[in-house]
Amino acid sequence: MALSGLQIYKLLPKTNCKDCGYPTCLAFAMKLAAKQASLDDCPHVSAEAKEALSAASAPPIRLVKVGTGAREFQVGNETVMFRHEKTFFHHPGLALRVKDTEDAGAVAEKVKMVNDYSVERVGIEMTFNAIAIENASGDPGTYADAVKAVRSQTALPFVLMSDDVDALKAALDVEGDHKPVLYAATVDNWEAMAGLAKGKQVSLAVRSQDGLDELADLATKLGDAGVEALVLDPGSRDLGESLAQVTQLRRLALKKNLRLLGHPIIAFAGEVADTEEGEIVATTQFIAKYAGIIVMDRFDPAVAYPLLTLRLNIYTDPQKPISVDPGIYDFNNPTADSPLMTTTNFSLTYFSVAGELDGSGIPSWLLICDAEGMSVLTAWAAGKFDAETIAKAVKTFNAGDKLSHKKIILPGHVAVLSGELEEELPGWEILVGPREAVDLPAYLKQL
Amino acid sequence: MPVTVEIPKERWTGSIREVTLGATAEQGGTRAKTVTVGGETTLPFLHFEGEMPHTPIVGIEVQDSYPADWSPVLLAAWGDVLNDPAAWAKKAEEIGADVIMLKVRGADADGNATSPEQAAAVIQSVLQATGLPIIVRGPGQAELDNKLLVAVAEAAPGERLALGLCEDKNYRTIVAAALAHDHLVVASSPIDVNLAKQLNILISDMRLPLERVLMDPTTGALGYGIEYSYSVMERLRVAALTGDGMTQQPMVCFVGEESWRQKESRTAEGVPAEWGDIEKRGITWEIATATALLESGADIVVLRHPETVDVVHETISKLMAH
Ligand code: B12
Ligand code: SF4
Repeated sequence: MALSGLQIYKLLPKTNCKDCGYPTCLAFAMKLAAKQASLDDCPHVSAEAKEALSAASAPPIRLVKVGTGAREFQVGNETVMFRHEKTFFHHPGLALRVKDTEDAGAVAEKVKMVNDYSVERVGIEMTFNAIAIENASGDPGTYADAVKAVRSQTALPFVLMSDDVDALKAALDVEGDHKPVLYAATVDNWEAMAGLAKGKQVSLAVRSQDGLDELADLATKLGDAGVEALVLDPGSRDLGESLAQVTQLRRLALKKNLRLLGHPIIAFAGEVADTEEGEIVATTQFIAKYAGIIVMDRFDPAVAYPLLTLRLNIYTDPQKPISVDPGIYDFNNPTADSPLMTTTNFSLTYFSVAGELDGSGIPSWLLICDAEGMSVLTAWAAGKFDAETIAKAVKTFNAGDKLSHKKIILPGHVAVLSGELEEELPGWEILVGPREAVDLPAYLKQL
Repeated sequence: MPVTVEIPKERWTGSIREVTLGATAEQGGTRAKTVTVGGETTLPFLHFEGEMPHTPIVGIEVQDSYPADWSPVLLAAWGDVLNDPAAWAKKAEEIGADVIMLKVRGADADGNATSPEQAAAVIQSVLQATGLPIIVRGPGQAELDNKLLVAVAEAAPGERLALGLCEDKNYRTIVAAALAHDHLVVASSPIDVNLAKQLNILISDMRLPLERVLMDPTTGALGYGIEYSYSVMERLRVAALTGDGMTQQPMVCFVGEESWRQKESRTAEGVPAEWGDIEKRGITWEIATATALLESGADIVVLRHPETVDVVHETISKLMAH
C-alpha cells in the first residue's frame, strides 16, 4: 500500500537540510508520495526508513520472470482491478501442455507448432509463450527424458508439472538454467518442493486443494522457507468458482495489501472444460480476469489467433490507442500514375488497409492523416478526420509531388466529406472508395 | 497455525433494474412467455457477494430478407430458412434462443427499399412463428429507423417488443412509439458512460419508465474495439452498483453482427495460414467476443451462429451454477 506524504515524513530525518533539493523534509515527502522524487535524493535517510519505504513501494503483486533469453516472459506487477483504472501491464503467458506419456513424435509435432507459431496484428507479433510438460507417467526417468527431448526442440520456457519432487529434480537436472516454473507445491510435498525451488533459484507454483485458506497457509510456509517467486493455483476447476477465486486473489493483493497472496496466478483452461469450445471460453475468461499463466491442452491456429488477439486488446493501454506515424506510405513500388488513398493513423485502421493493399499486388500510395489515433468513423465523429485534416496532410507531405494526377480516394464511410474536400483542395478530384478495406483490391482493379 | 483469509467483498449500494421483454395474452400480448433480465446486485457472476436473480440470455438475429452480405460460414450453417423470416425465427427458437432479434434491413438483396407496410407484415409473421419475446431493430439510419420502427410498433400493440436503436438523433420518435403501443426501447450510445446516462435521462424525461429501457453501449468486436466496449461496460456496471440511477439498465450487446462483419470471420482465401480454418476461426471470434462481454456485464448477447448459441448457453449456465 502506498504511504501518504505524512507517513513518509515521519520516517525522514526532519532536519530540513535541503540536500535533497527541496526546502523541507515535508516537501520532499510529499513529492515522494506523488512518486515525483526518488528516496535516493536524500543522503541522510536511515537504513530502517529505507527498508520501510521500499517495502511500501514494492508492487502489490510480485513480478515473476519465466524462462531465459529471447523468449523469457514476465507476469505479475499488476496494480488495478479494472483496465480502465490505469492499464493491465503484463499479459498472461499462454502455454500448451504435453505429457510424458504421449508418443514422442506427437509431442514433437505439437511443440514445433507452438514454437513456430507467430501471427501479426497491427504490426505486433503475437506468440504462445511456454510449454507445460506433465509427468503423467509418474516415473522420474521417463519425465527427465521427455523434458530433455522437448528442450532440444524449443527455446520456449517450461512449466514443469509433477507432484513428485524426485521427478521435478530429475527434470531440473536436464533443464539446466532455463528458469522454468515448478508446478506444484501442495500440502503433501511443500517442504521438499521449497528446498528444490530455493536450491535451483526457480519460481514455484503452489496449488491449494481446499480454497484460499490452504493457499495462504502454504504461501506463508513457502515464504518462511525462503522461496520468493511464487505462482498461485487457487485450485478450483469450475468456471464460475475460478472467476470468484481469481477475483478474490486480485482484491486481496490490491485492496487488502495481503503480500502473502500477491503473486501471479496460473490457470488450467483445459481442466476447466472438457471440450475445445469450453477451453476457448475458459481461456477468454482467464485473459480478461487476472491469470498470469494460462495452460491449454489443445492448439489450433484458428483458436490461437482469436485468443492472442483478445489478449492484445485487453492489455492495450486504454490511455493511448496504438497508432502509426502520419505520412505517405507506398505499396508494391508505386509510380506517379498509381492511385492515392487516405485514411487515419489508428493502427488497426492503417493495418486493415495496408494488409489489403499489400496483398492485392497493386502499386499504390496511402496518405496517413494525424487523427489522434482514432478509427475513420470515430475520428470523423470527433472532428479529427475532416476535409481540413486531409487537405493539411496532402500539403504537409507534398502528396502532389509524387503524382502525375490529382486524385485522392476517401474511405467509403466518410463519403460525406467529398464536397468539402473539393473546396479545400482546388484542382483535385475526390473519389469515394468502398466502405470496407476488404473491397479495396476489387475497387482499385476497376478504377 | 491455520490461516483464515477474509474474503474481500464490495458493499454495493445500487442494483440493476429488472426489465421484462414480451407480454403474454393475460398481459395484453401474444407471447408464450416473457423473459426478465437485470436485477444484479454485484459484478457479473460474483455470487459470493451479491445476487444475479436473472440469468443473462441469448438472442438470435433474424433478418427480414435474405442476408446476401453475410459470411459464407453463416449462410452455410443456416441454409434455406434465411429466405423466410418466419421459418428463420422458428428455427432460432428451436435451437435455443431466449429472444429473437429481428433486424429490418431497410432494403432487400436487390436494393428495393422496405416500406412501412412490409415492416409491419414482417413483424406480424415473426410474431406468429414464435412465442418468444422480440427485439426489433431498424437499418440503423435515424430517419429510416423512425419510419419502419413506428410501423412495427403499431402493428404489434401490447407485445412489449424492444425497439431499437433508439439514439440521441431519433429517441423522441422511438420512445413515443413505445409509449403509444406499449413497447420497450433499446437505448444506444457510442461507448461512453456520460452519453449513455444522458440518453437514459432524455428517455425517462419523456416518461417512459426505466423498467422499459435496455441499454446498448455499442459493441466492438474482438480485434475491432472490444477493449473499449469491455471497459465502458465495466465502468457503467460499477457506476450502477455504486448507486448512479441513470446507469442501472440491463445491457444488450449485438455480438453476432459485429463479430461476423470482420475480415477474420468472412474471408477464407488469401489470408495468412496462421489464421487457420475459417469456420472455426469465425465461431471462436463470436464465442470470445460474447464471453468477454458477458464477463463485463452483458445481460443479453445477440448471436448469429447456432454453434455459438450452444456454447454461450453452456457458459452462462456454468457461470450461474453456484
Ligand atoms: C472503438 C470505438 C471507439 C473508441 C476509439 C477507438 C479508436 N482509437 O479509434 C472510443 C471509445 C474512444 C470511441 C469514441 C468515440 N466514438 Co466510437 N466507435 C468505436 C467502434 C466500436 C469501433 C471503431 C473501430 O475501431 N473500427 C475498426 C476500424 C479498423 O475501422 P475503420 O477505421 O473505419 O476502418 C475500416 C474502414 O473504414 C475501411 N477503411 C479505412 N480506411 C480506409 C481508406 C480507404 C481509402 C478505404 C476505401 C477504406 C478504408 O477499412 C477498415 C476495415 O474495413 C465504432 C462502432 C463499431 N462497432 O464499428 C464506434 C463509432 C465509430 N464511434 C462513434 C462515435 C460517435 C464516437 C464518439 C464521437 C462518441 C462521443 N461523442 O464521445 C467518440 C469520439 C472520440 C472522442 N471524442 O474522443 C460512432 C460514429 C457514428 C457516425 N457514423 O458518425 C460509431 C460508429 C458508433 C456508433 N454506432 O454510434 N469510439
Ligand atoms: S535531504 Fe533529507 S534530511 Fe535533508 S531536507 Fe531533504 S529529506 Fe530532509
